[in-house]
Amino acid sequence: MIRAVIVINDQGKPRLVKFYDYQPVEKQQEIIRNIYGVLCSRAENVSNFVQDSTFGPDTRLVYKTFATLYFIVIFDDSENELAILDLMQVFVETLDKCFGNVCELDIVFNFNKVHTILDEIILGGQVVEMSSSEVVKALDDITRLEKNPNSIVRVPKSISGWQGR
Amino acid sequence: MSGGGGPSLMDSLFQRTLDDLIKGIRLHLPGAAQSSFISKSLDEIRREIKSTDSQTKSTALQKLTYLHSLHGIDMSWAAFHAVELTSSPSFLHKKTGYLAASLSFRPSMDVLLLLTNQLRKDLSSTNQHEASLALECLSVICTPDFARDLTPDIFTLLSSGKNSIRKKAIACLLMVFSQYPDAVRVCFKRLVDNLESADNVQTLAATVGVFCELASKEPRSYIPLAPEFYRILVDSRNNWVLIKVLKIFAHLAKLEPRLAKKVVELICDHMKQSEAKSLVFECVRTIVSSFYEYEFAVKLAVVKIREFLLDSDLNLRYLGLQGLLLVAPNHLWAVLENKEVVIKSLSDVDRNIKLEALRLVMSMVSDDNVVEICRVLIGYALKSDPEFCNEILRSMLSTCYRNVYEIIIDFDWYVSLLAEMARIPHCQNGEEIEFQLIDIGMRVKAVRPELVRVGRGLLIDPALLGSPFIHRILSAAAWVSGEYVKFSRNPFEIMEALLQPRTNLLPPSIRSVYIHSTFKVLSFFLHSFLLPGKGVNSSLSNFVDIEPGFTYSESEQEFTEIDHATSSSGLNKRDTFTQEAVVNMLTLVITSLTPLAESHDVEIQERVRNVLGLAQLAQQEISCNHDQKEKMVDKVDLKTSIIIRLINDALSEDFGPVSFSAQERVPVPNGLVLEENLSKLDSLCADVQLSISESFSLVKPILLPTDGDSISNQQNEEESETSPAESMSLLAEHRKRHGLFYLPSDHNKNASSSFPPANDPNQRDNDVEDLVKLTEESLVLKRKPSSSRPRPVVVKLDEGERLPITVKKTDENDDLISGAVRDVLLGNEASLRSSNPSGRRKGESHSKDKVENSETGNLSKRRSKHRNHGKNVEDKEENSEKSKKKSGGRHKARRRADGGIDVAVQKQVIPDFLL
Repeated sequence: MIRAVIVINDQGKPRLVKFYDYQPVEKQQEIIRNIYGVLCSRAENVSNFVQDSTFGPDTRLVYKTFATLYFIVIFDDSENELAILDLMQVFVETLDKCFGNVCELDIVFNFNKVHTILDEIILGGQVVEMSSSEVVKALDDITRLEKNPNSIVRVPKSISGWQGR
Repeated sequence: MSGGGGPSLMDSLFQRTLDDLIKGIRLHLPGAAQSSFISKSLDEIRREIKSTDSQTKSTALQKLTYLHSLHGIDMSWAAFHAVELTSSPSFLHKKTGYLAASLSFRPSMDVLLLLTNQLRKDLSSTNQHEASLALECLSVICTPDFARDLTPDIFTLLSSGKNSIRKKAIACLLMVFSQYPDAVRVCFKRLVDNLESADNVQTLAATVGVFCELASKEPRSYIPLAPEFYRILVDSRNNWVLIKVLKIFAHLAKLEPRLAKKVVELICDHMKQSEAKSLVFECVRTIVSSFYEYEFAVKLAVVKIREFLLDSDLNLRYLGLQGLLLVAPNHLWAVLENKEVVIKSLSDVDRNIKLEALRLVMSMVSDDNVVEICRVLIGYALKSDPEFCNEILRSMLSTCYRNVYEIIIDFDWYVSLLAEMARIPHCQNGEEIEFQLIDIGMRVKAVRPELVRVGRGLLIDPALLGSPFIHRILSAAAWVSGEYVKFSRNPFEIMEALLQPRTNLLPPSIRSVYIHSTFKVLSFFLHSFLLPGKGVNSSLSNFVDIEPGFTYSESEQEFTEIDHATSSSGLNKRDTFTQEAVVNMLTLVITSLTPLAESHDVEIQERVRNVLGLAQLAQQEISCNHDQKEKMVDKVDLKTSIIIRLINDALSEDFGPVSFSAQERVPVPNGLVLEENLSKLDSLCADVQLSISESFSLVKPILLPTDGDSISNQQNEEESETSPAESMSLLAEHRKRHGLFYLPSDHNKNASSSFPPANDPNQRDNDVEDLVKLTEESLVLKRKPSSSRPRPVVVKLDEGERLPITVKKTDENDDLISGAVRDVLLGNEASLRSSNPSGRRKGESHSKDKVENSETGNLSKRRSKHRNHGKNVEDKEENSEKSKKKSGGRHKARRRADGGIDVAVQKQVIPDFLL
């Protein structure tokens, strides 16, 4: 399963922190610091995998840099490294679609929305959606719901677009 | 609204939003300014969050959640407010509440109890996004209570018409199962049904994902589902799904080899056809780790690995190397085939790739090629950056040490390799090299002359003293030179090296090893002079006489070399110990050490005084002899001679390697109550111990110079005030008394053991045979049962420690889950009914009962379907005789001890295995 999704900037500041098994917040901060220490010492244009013993011997870490941000996923051996890289691509694509050419500031100022997006893609450490257009659709629904605080909107069941990847 | 500590209207009207907070934080520089801003904001939040206006409360909670998640601020105090907001009619506020809960709640919080009803309400909401919120929250903070109380609601969602809800409910199940294994009995059938949800890929992916997790913990229970997985493997075109199914088969195949035959070709097809690298890599990984017996599949996988290795994408290259690493244990040829790529990768820019390549190179090492590979690696180490250089050295050291130097045949070479490593500028593995130098000295007798030669080379080089990383190695060299000084061709030179002025650069602990070695050298020297033809000297001449072939030829070379160096080519060995030489040495010792007699370091001071005591005594007697040469004959009777004899007796017994369990044999002194609770430490430290016992399969020596010497010397020094002779006899006694705890030598019962040679006075002369025997036996060890080890106790202990680990791997919950799965899959209706939550909670609504009734009906329908299915396949089974024959044996192996029911159960299941 996926153990954590973390976004930090190149200064080591966390921008998105989501752990799928409970970790006390101090431990979270410590993990993030350690990861940043490892990542910032890595040269550019090297592989995206880091052997990581933060959660135990079998966990791995995949990261990707987008502009000033490191996107990091920690996972165990029930996941495929390259598939996780694809997943990160989906996540970033979705962010791109939602914010229009996403940059660090979008993520900084849209704390709640980014969490909503992430929750549509990963739940309980399991990947539940790999199509960014589906995520965007769900997000639009949710945003509409948020804007109509008092009316319960019946969201129509979406049927189309279940194509395999 | 105002009043008390509550928020004022102003607070609500001019409340900072989350955006304002973030802007504020960004305006303040990190450090004091920022943290004071944050604490000011926290005060605001504390007020705002008490507001009765849910908008104000929600914004406050948003801000707090933000601070908690990204700035590590504690928000446990606001848990109740989060629960409160989850029940808000406004979706936005509800979402805020759930986000706060899922990011901050601890499993142990009391407030969780308050959330149960709200979760239930939202799970059954008609609004799918509300249900999503509840599912997401539950998947993170699920407790056994939640899982128990909410299982029926999640069960309902498992067949929800809305795919977006169904897939989330499935993903959430994993957490529910792990918290409350009985939930399996309720939900498992529906989970299995979802394997057939071809209409929605994501639902299928989530389902397969859950099975993948479950099977990774306890695969056995999922074997009956193999046909379903097989069908997915055939039908699905979704890479994500296929990857998970492959992982499931990798788990199942380990238990049910007949599966492999069915799937292996299918996997090869995927491997050949797929465009997706992720799927190809998963196929490769599955083949090489679980289906490695199928030659054609492995060959194909290795072809793919090679493609990865030659790709320009570093990620693929890295994974290619990992793939090779997985192949290596069973098909070393694959690594050898790609040797060039691997070696080339050692100088890659990417550290990960370099490390994997290094591991692969190490996997290729055998006793045939260790010399060659080490030469190559030393070359790389010299070229690499310090960090990787040390990584190389470390893996060389650990590979060579593996199974007590199993792959080393030429120890002379290895010892000089160690010395070469020591001279590599960035070498930071001093500790390990120090350990191995001494360890080899104790274990391998034949290498001692070479060891002394190597030690001398390190000691006499004044440049090395300047580098702190080498100090530990020098300490080993000094110890070796002192302990085995009898093999030295020129003890005087060693003495000079030990006393050279630059030794003041050494830390005191190592300097005291140096000084103790001077003591050993001096006593050897005096002994050779005063009592020629006895003790050490005679053993030396034995050494020279008996081994004219192998070792001697080398030592003679060294001999002449040293002779040239000291420009005394005419001398033979005996002539080294002339009166003049002894006087010179005594003068050297006394002049060099006298200043240290006032050292602030007690260890140094004590040892120096020991040496000086002996040297001054000898100087008095010998130099007065010097004047009257005729009295020389009487030197045997000198006081010095008596002392020297005693000292020599004390020092002459060899140190041997010591078993890990030696300490256990020490009887517990009276009055010492061993804390029984310490047994708990075992489980805590289990993995630590395991790693030790794996890498050091036999023993560690007791005599690391730092602590070992100090032990023997403490005894020594306590008495040093009275007389050195007394102290030496005490030391001898100590060694005799505690000799028990050194590894057994020949007189012990385990005479066949492999390593006592190092410690065995009786076999002193068969050094070459010892080495041969040692290497042979350590090779044989691989095949022989562990009882042939010198200390079966040790070996057993190590294996005993391994057991609980494997048991621990499937924890209690996993057992419960798999037990429940088995019950469900095998249609154990009785247990299904009895554990139905509805039985316990009688006040449940009608509709729920209905659902469950229909479910049990569904169950039995499915079961009968299974049976039919089974019959069909049974016919097939008749045809394939071979597999049937195999199945008998395998089943017996898989059968659980608890008998009857399981046997029947297995019968029912057999057909499914055969697909």
